[in-house]
Amino acid sequence: MLSFFLRRLLSSIVVMFCVVSLTFVLMRSIQGSPFEREKTPAHIVAVMETQYQLNGSLWQQYIAYLVRLAHLDFGPSARYRDWPVSEILAQKLPNSISIGGVAFVIVSTLGVFLGGIAAINKDFASDRVAMFGALLAISLPGFITGPALVAIFALWLDWLPVGGWGTMQQMILPAICLSAPYIAFIARLMRNSLLDVLKCDYMRTARAKGLSETAGIFRHAAKMALLPVVTYLGPLAAHLLTGSMIIENVFNVSGVGSVFVNSIQNRDVFLLGGAVIVLCALLVLFNLIVDFCYTVLDKRIRLHG
Amino acid sequence: MASQIVQISHPHGWVVLRRNRVAMLSLFVLSLLYLMSLVGPMMLPESLKSTGEVPFLPPSSGDHFLGTDVNGQDLFYRLLSGGRVSLGIGCAGAFLSLVIGTLYGMISGYAGGRVDALMMRAMEILQSIPRILFIMILIAALDGYVKDMLDVARLWAQNAQWSATERLFRDAIPYSRILVMILSLGIVEWIEMARMVRGQVLMLREMTFIAAARAMGQTPWGVLRKHLLPNLSTIIITYLTLAIPTVILDESILSFLGLGIDDPAASWGSLLRDGSQVINPIDSKWWLLVFPSLCMIISLLALNFLGDGLRDVFDPKSGE
Repeated sequence: MLSFFLRRLLSSIVVMFCVVSLTFVLMRSIQGSPFEREKTPAHIVAVMETQYQLNGSLWQQYIAYLVRLAHLDFGPSARYRDWPVSEILAQKLPNSISIGGVAFVIVSTLGVFLGGIAAINKDFASDRVAMFGALLAISLPGFITGPALVAIFALWLDWLPVGGWGTMQQMILPAICLSAPYIAFIARLMRNSLLDVLKCDYMRTARAKGLSETAGIFRHAAKMALLPVVTYLGPLAAHLLTGSMIIENVFNVSGVGSVFVNSIQNRDVFLLGGAVIVLCALLVLFNLIVDFCYTVLDKRIRLHG
Repeated sequence: MASQIVQISHPHGWVVLRRNRVAMLSLFVLSLLYLMSLVGPMMLPESLKSTGEVPFLPPSSGDHFLGTDVNGQDLFYRLLSGGRVSLGIGCAGAFLSLVIGTLYGMISGYAGGRVDALMMRAMEILQSIPRILFIMILIAALDGYVKDMLDVARLWAQNAQWSATERLFRDAIPYSRILVMILSLGIVEWIEMARMVRGQVLMLREMTFIAAARAMGQTPWGVLRKHLLPNLSTIIITYLTLAIPTVILDESILSFLGLGIDDPAASWGSLLRDGSQVINPIDSKWWLLVFPSLCMIISLLALNFLGDGLRDVFDPKSGE
């Protein structure tokens, strides 16, 4: 168990290192300095670059950045002067986490529930309708469902506020919009995996013993069917919690998703680097949680390095 | 023996596909969409293509069948030329990703051993960066270089006094974003394809006809090209149809965020952004949102249905 944990930690550090390096090199190969504005004279840009350790060869800049990261310092933002990256992220993360958290709860409960119902009613009309709806929801991007939902529920029915941030009501539309395609995906995954499990020998044994179909599903099949769903939910949680660029753009939420977009536009290499590290760390964390969930769901699985 | 089994489980693909009504309808709709956006802009009168006097004309007013946008341009024309860009980027990007993915997957699967392990590891690392983010950084990084390249080409044509070529490059510079998008999307989207191809190669390379080819002295490249590639073609076509909607979707997301296609070019995503910028509760210009959305929904659904249909035909194990 411990060796599994250590190996996981080591390999995730390697992955994070590669991701950060790739991000840094690509960001620094964008033409133009992050400090260039319309009227900034060249010598001031040069001074700023020296201050931020973005001068010299790419190699030197990269080493300087790694040294900084090794001191657990994300560095300053190149765009928002006097703001350390960690503080900007600490300000934006709660917004993203609250929408993403609500969306994750909706996705995991509703997706599993709908998928289960579809599998039990396989080939009936309700299954067909549900699976068509799922394909529709997966195909529709947030920037189509978002304005459509706003038009229906905010402008036409006048039930919910159009935008803004802070109250519970203002969170409903973004959370629905964010979760819709993933509910559909999870429902499809759950349906197919439950159908697979229901074909297994041990389910036939359960039926032969006289166990009712519902009891069989709840007591035996559900746990096994959840395995692929959990695999998908782990990375999904990390992505939902770090915000969606589209949803934050449509509903004007200032979260981490908008940090990604803005920092690339501003060539703000440190801010983007910090955001990417947070995302990767969450990914690693949730993948570990997924592994522990496996051992709970299927007692045959043991974690060993 | 094994190759016989494969043949029995795949009767004639086209015959099976033709029985799938939804997939056939999708194929028809898609052909229509592609044809319209390819030929349509050429058929429309010139007067519709320029920026007009009156912005925000509602649909079916005068010549403007679907109304006009913020610059008074005809929306129908913009939709068709946007479709050209969206569908074109979808196909070109997916094709590029197909080439990279197939090569990578074939080499990784056929080489096996340490090379395979290393290549898979590299793929996992690439996969742990969110796709859209990676594409966004790549676009920003490539944008300047592609523009510079086009400019160098233009100057070179100027020096050689080829005025037609020079004009071509000069006109291409504002549209260089399209090329950048194709490159970036293709460079990022190949991973799924590589995974599929590798899986298939791992299975195929154990078969006797591969062993026979090797025994007869085929080089590894010869085996890959002459024996593996033909056997991979169905899986490649299937995943190409599934990659196109992904690329179209990603392109529209980027254009919607303002990081993709920009004026003077248009794509469905950039039209949607333009539409969503002028929406307000008092005076909604609904047609600027509804028509691009419809184009997008129809083409994405049709591509997904067709892809699912093809997958059911060629790859029966992957479905239920």
